[in-house]
Amino acid sequence: MEISRVVEGCPSSSESAGKAEVCKGCPGRMLCQSLGGVDKDQADIDLRMNAVQHKILVVSGKGGVGKSTIAAALANQLATSHKKVGLLDLDICGPSQPLLMGVNGQAVVNTQWGWKPLVSPYTGVKVLSVGSLLASEESSLAFRGPRKTALIKTFVKDVLWGRLDYLIFDTPPGTSDEHLSIVKVLQNAKPDGAIIVTTPQAVAIATVRKEISFCRKMGLRIIGLVENMNGFSCPCCGVSITC
Amino acid sequence: MSDKPENAPEHCPGTTSEEAGKASSCEGCPNQKICTSGALRAPDPDIEKVKERMANIKHKILVLSGKGGVGKSTFSAHLARGLSCDESRQIALLDIDICGPSIPRMVGLEGEQVHQSGSGWSPVYVEDNLAVMSVGFLLASPDDAVIWRGPKKNGLIKQFLRDVDWGEVDYLVVDTPPGTSDEHISIVQYLSCTHVDGAVVITTPQEVSLLDVRKEINFCRKVKLPIIGIVENMSGFVCPKCKTESKIFPPTTGGAEKMATDMNVPFLGKLPLDPRIGRCCDEGKSFLAELPDSPAAVAYTEIIEKIILHCG
Repeated sequence: MEISRVVEGCPSSSESAGKAEVCKGCPGRMLCQSLGGVDKDQADIDLRMNAVQHKILVVSGKGGVGKSTIAAALANQLATSHKKVGLLDLDICGPSQPLLMGVNGQAVVNTQWGWKPLVSPYTGVKVLSVGSLLASEESSLAFRGPRKTALIKTFVKDVLWGRLDYLIFDTPPGTSDEHLSIVKVLQNAKPDGAIIVTTPQAVAIATVRKEISFCRKMGLRIIGLVENMNGFSCPCCGVSITC
Repeated sequence: MSDKPENAPEHCPGTTSEEAGKASSCEGCPNQKICTSGALRAPDPDIEKVKERMANIKHKILVLSGKGGVGKSTFSAHLARGLSCDESRQIALLDIDICGPSIPRMVGLEGEQVHQSGSGWSPVYVEDNLAVMSVGFLLASPDDAVIWRGPKKNGLIKQFLRDVDWGEVDYLVVDTPPGTSDEHISIVQYLSCTHVDGAVVITTPQEVSLLDVRKEINFCRKVKLPIIGIVENMSGFVCPKCKTESKIFPPTTGGAEKMATDMNVPFLGKLPLDPRIGRCCDEGKSFLAELPDSPAAVAYTEIIEKIILHCG
């Protein structure tokens, strides 16, 4: 393929995914075609999500800026204000929420009504992460995109979230399968929007600009931007250092 | 690698078998259509082309981490720069982070474009002996998001390995995105026809990072990728005023050195958190060239020497 066409308008995020002229010869064409159309599970997904009043995604194009930390802090803060809160960890490869929310080592129980999320001992937030489903914390899940997509659907459709005021979605870095999948899964659920996290460096901001483009392309409202790790104050002499 | 995809049903006949897509257990499998097309049974002709290109490359090093934001791209860029200090060496730097390509900016090549020649895609040169390839060079605008599912990303990675004309190269450094997913499985699969010296695994000292990095080490073992060693980045911060060291990312569970011992993996060294490294990366400069006598540059040089020794 000519270089100029390599990154040309991939419609993976739209209804013409897999069907457009530019899709001919693309290795992802059949997958996109199979993921298009009406999802037979959409009705079940919508039923679960209708019981959740507010749905907020925490995203960043960049890794290591503090998405999981901020998602956990947001969930805990909302729960402290007497709200019923759930936290869904969509990072399949690097799930951090079990450790952050104090549910490490606890097993997820599957009931006749769905998987029961774990409950954080700190603030009572309901937590679900693939990290809680692994046999050992050293186990790696080397999943390709389609398997991650299937798991994300299960996390929304088959989990007993119950009635919640807020469901916070912690996402992995990037703009790929997980992000496309969760936006598609929530297409009828009217999520409140996305919080985008960045750090001050130009390298991080350059990647985060792409995330803003992603949100706009997906029609996902941007609640706002958070600049994390904004500076450091030396605990000894108090001098302020910007990173 | 097994020919039974991970999302296949229990009695999957295998994607390369005669029964692929046609057996009773194939009903309802998301891959059924692809299997019945027969596309997966034919040997991939591109693998031979990849093998040919890689035959001109003496050493291949992957820079991995399960965790994001630990300094993989920073380390990759500085490893490539450090190796290229010896002008007799030819170095190649390949960025396979398709969604968040940081390498063009870090090496001062933002805005450059890739050109096609008769012998393939020409990489972009930082120095005469340091060539770079990244999806960042293929974007019309740096703000463009690359919103691709796994198979398309895999296709581009294969293209990078098959079509880029690196020429004769001593070291190929491959910068990867965080995780253990499509990009990682694909690069290991495509390079399985050649010799890979191994992976350098980057982490920061805190347990939240180590949690993900243990998984990455586990992944390397699963796919039989040798581990050159672990590097602990952002190890400590020295206040420029009072010289007190602060552990911004405290090693509450012993840090990377203890993890390396526990997992029986070589420990290559610690890199301190120096804000000037980040500033150099933002400006596309080499920290090793700008501040060669700084503790971080000295630590970098020692780690690079160990990697060269491993490669032999």
